[in-house]
Amino acid sequence: MNIVEMIEKEHMRGDIPGFKAGDTVKVYVRIIEGQKQRIQAFEGVVIRKRRGSSRANFTVRKVSYGIGVERTFPLHSPVIDRIEVVTRGKVHRSRLYYLRSLRGKKARIKEQANN
Amino acid sequence: MNKGIIGKKLGMTQVFDDDGAAVGVTAIEVEPSVVVQVKTKSKEGYDAIQLGYGRKKQKSVTKPLQGHFNKANKGFFRKLQEFKTDDGKYEVGQEITADIFKAGDFVDVIGTSKGKGFAGVVKRHSFRGGRATHGSMFHRAPGSIGASADPSRVFKGTRMGGHMGDVRKTIQNLKVWQVRPDRNLILLKGSIPGCKNGFVLIKQAKKISL
Repeated sequence: MNIVEMIEKEHMRGDIPGFKAGDTVKVYVRIIEGQKQRIQAFEGVVIRKRRGSSRANFTVRKVSYGIGVERTFPLHSPVIDRIEVVTRGKVHRSRLYYLRSLRGKKARIKEQANN
Repeated sequence: MNKGIIGKKLGMTQVFDDDGAAVGVTAIEVEPSVVVQVKTKSKEGYDAIQLGYGRKKQKSVTKPLQGHFNKANKGFFRKLQEFKTDDGKYEVGQEITADIFKAGDFVDVIGTSKGKGFAGVVKRHSFRGGRATHGSMFHRAPGSIGASADPSRVFKGTRMGGHMGDVRKTIQNLKVWQVRPDRNLILLKGSIPGCKNGFVLIKQAKKISL
């Protein structure tokens, strides 16, 4: 194996569940405040996943108090405590940027029938 | 003590540090180098060691070089490089491996940058260039280089287009991220000059000492 691939493999986590764009996920993020550490959840729709072994990342979008908030996480970041898949969404594209210009009922995503 | 070794750039990737931050690192393969010759102040006028790196077949080495390599008797090498030393602890045939550096050290890396061919002033000297549209006839030109009356000549050293890249470059004060002697591998934080599989020299940092 290529040595660079080997280094990347060492930094990949095996505990990440499979999810796709359109799914609603709950990302539990470790936050360090001084000496203390707590866990905060960020729940929203995955609007994109970028590939690239250990460098892969994904963006979660949610609407918080009427304001759209997006957070991009490195998929294999040690900052992420765990990821929970809440619902599987049924979407026709892999990048859901169109959600940014929609709000309210139009910004909903249909749930996948059986999964 | 001056430390140095020869390596081969393998490429860059991203790793996570203890705080979870992503860090760009360069992987350098450092096969054990062999001291081919020890130069001393009394004989050559200065203290240095000559390292051989990268194996070669005997038949592709010229006879005079074969004789030179045979003094160390550790095979034949692709690259020979001299490193200045200030102590005489080296002897011919000694192997120098990646573990002369450890994580947290600072190093300078010397390599040959990627060749860009004939480049204009915008790429080569970061000139701003002119407007692209709206009747502009001044796109990526250098502008005036020496007006007609005064000084009516081009000053020496005026920045112009020309060959760019493919020169020896030194990047100073790179932090050693990790050393893996079992894999002959050194990971440095940050980028280094040159392409993949390019030879680089890794030296102890000149300006930062721990």
